[in-house]
Amino acid sequence: MSRALLVAACAVLGLAGVGRGAPEIGGFAQVNGSVRTVGAPCDSGGPCDLLLEDERLELKVEGASEQARSAFAARVDFFQDAVEDRSGIEVREAYVDLNGSRAALRAGRQVITWGVGDLLFTNDIFPKDWAAFFSGRPLEYLKVGSDALKLDLHPKPADLELVVLPDFQPDRLPTPDRFVLPPFPPAPGRIERKPARSLENAELAGRLTRAVSDWTLGAYAARTFYRSPAIVVQSPVEPIVMIYPRLNLYGASATGSFLRGVLGAEGAYLHSVGDPNGTDPAIENSMAKGLLGYSRSFWRDGTVGVQGYLEWMMDYEAYRASLPPGTPPRDERRVLATLRVTQLLRHQTVVLGFFGFWGVTDEDGYLIPSARYTATDNLWIELGGNVFVGRHPTTMFGALDRNDNVVATLRYSF
Amino acid sequence: MNHRSRLARSLLLALGALASPIAGTSSAAPPTAAEIAKRSLDAYYAAGSDLRARVSMRIVNAQGGERKRELVMLRKNRGSAGAQRYYLYFHTPPDVKGTAFLVWKYPSRDDDRWIYIPAIKLVRRIAASDRRSSFVGSDFTYEDISGRDVADETHTLVRHEAIGGRDCYVLESVPTGKADYAKRVSWVDAERWLPIQEKYLDARGREIRVFTADKVEEIGGHWTATQRTMRTLASGQRTEVSFSEVSYDRNLPESLFTERSLSEPPGLVR
Repeated sequence: MSRALLVAACAVLGLAGVGRGAPEIGGFAQVNGSVRTVGAPCDSGGPCDLLLEDERLELKVEGASEQARSAFAARVDFFQDAVEDRSGIEVREAYVDLNGSRAALRAGRQVITWGVGDLLFTNDIFPKDWAAFFSGRPLEYLKVGSDALKLDLHPKPADLELVVLPDFQPDRLPTPDRFVLPPFPPAPGRIERKPARSLENAELAGRLTRAVSDWTLGAYAARTFYRSPAIVVQSPVEPIVMIYPRLNLYGASATGSFLRGVLGAEGAYLHSVGDPNGTDPAIENSMAKGLLGYSRSFWRDGTVGVQGYLEWMMDYEAYRASLPPGTPPRDERRVLATLRVTQLLRHQTVVLGFFGFWGVTDEDGYLIPSARYTATDNLWIELGGNVFVGRHPTTMFGALDRNDNVVATLRYSF
Repeated sequence: MNHRSRLARSLLLALGALASPIAGTSSAAPPTAAEIAKRSLDAYYAAGSDLRARVSMRIVNAQGGERKRELVMLRKNRGSAGAQRYYLYFHTPPDVKGTAFLVWKYPSRDDDRWIYIPAIKLVRRIAASDRRSSFVGSDFTYEDISGRDVADETHTLVRHEAIGGRDCYVLESVPTGKADYAKRVSWVDAERWLPIQEKYLDARGREIRVFTADKVEEIGGHWTATQRTMRTLASGQRTEVSFSEVSYDRNLPESLFTERSLSEPPGLVR
């Protein structure tokens, strides 16, 4: 926390000197809560009826020099979490920009989003907070700021983005203190081993984008780590060890206009450096991922988007052979489909939304209905839900089956 | 329809080319309805080679409730056939501050549109087939902001009429394709070529929406409607728009109108 405070102080006070124009201050006050619709055990320290009760004040400060040659921005959240009974400060972003005609540098904590998928991430290697998303926090909390150095180069006719992440940050996944999850294998505790901060462990990612006619093509490469832990069970008397194995990623994307809508395609090959032959059951095998999406406005103020997504595990025979007896195997190919429907009403002050994941091969699903009313320019209220369905507790949404919730969010922006 | 509209456009361009040497002179040949429509669209949507303006919108509903939008608009024309690029950067309301739109407008097909959402640093292409949907909840449509093609309607010159002390051509324009209005009647200033008033009518001739140019100024040699209002009669809502900090012919670089520029807003839009 003291480190967070220090960064916050730097962000709000120190960086304010970078811009020549007066810094702009804004932000929001927000109340955000979700209640389970399925009973929870309510054991001490475990999940209970309230999945989320979060009150927060976000302060945003930003400024730029006259020609935006230099700029800075910081977003700092002061929050009170009633479920965990704690308050704190979270520096969501704090960065400085130096912009030239051929290059731009952004240094500091920053959110980076890559790829053309809608809630399906193929080439976006940056950290995410799935626990926040599943518990009904607004979409922006799915993306976590990375402490990073980002260099944008613009050699004509392409744009190149290079990112260095010196500090490994895992995804934030649902934890048993808040979510009802399938039981872990019995073990006397857990040890998490994150990659240490070192030159060798620095993550590197690059994206090359180019407009060809009215299509945008992208190529991606990353030297990174899996952000979900590999669980190493040594023996029932030893603690479980969670590691984050090395990952190299190579991918591509394309998006453009098609049949009066927008078509997006994305693919990636994930090379599992720590288990190149697929013989280690704890570590993910190498994998190919692909997605195809299409969205179009079919009627006034209504948009429909569909996506098909495939994960194809490499070395599947080796994976099957290495599985400990009794462990249910994953499928070689995981197919997922999504549907998004958005309808604007009443001069766009009401937004009805639906997003659904359908795990075709996993036989599970995740439905996110929502209704937002923008009462004034400063105030909106949203009601929504997160509904998980699944036949098997081993699949992604099946594991969350007992965490269905209804969500309410009220935000006053200034 | 594309083929037809392309043909119509070629004809109109040819007409425009023929008309231009005499337009604005005291030549006896009166302009045709299509020429008036073309000149009006050009004056209103395409003046100068490019434009920067700060746009303030005030949306007032029937109960008097107010919403405000403030944005900076950059526009660059590409050739004379109507292709344009727009960059819109929102300053208010606070929840959408920093949100930016990029529009590549083509004369003969759907726009390409992108949005930038600053909270998640996301640049995304958005589907853009309905030009008649409301622009950010206002009474103006996307088409009212970025313009339509002269060939999207067939035009008839019905009379001359003075309005607000200005001599106007009164045009009736009927959409050639599917639209949410049956006819548009416009009063086009015979000297400045800007529409001073427009009425959108339904099939029974009832008014649906009414546009007025409330203040017209000459800026950088271009007549500009710096205050405009659109009223939607059924809902009783109106949107008042004022343009300030207007400048033309700045030689805006092409690189401003790119995806990259969305995530790195240029100093010009701040």
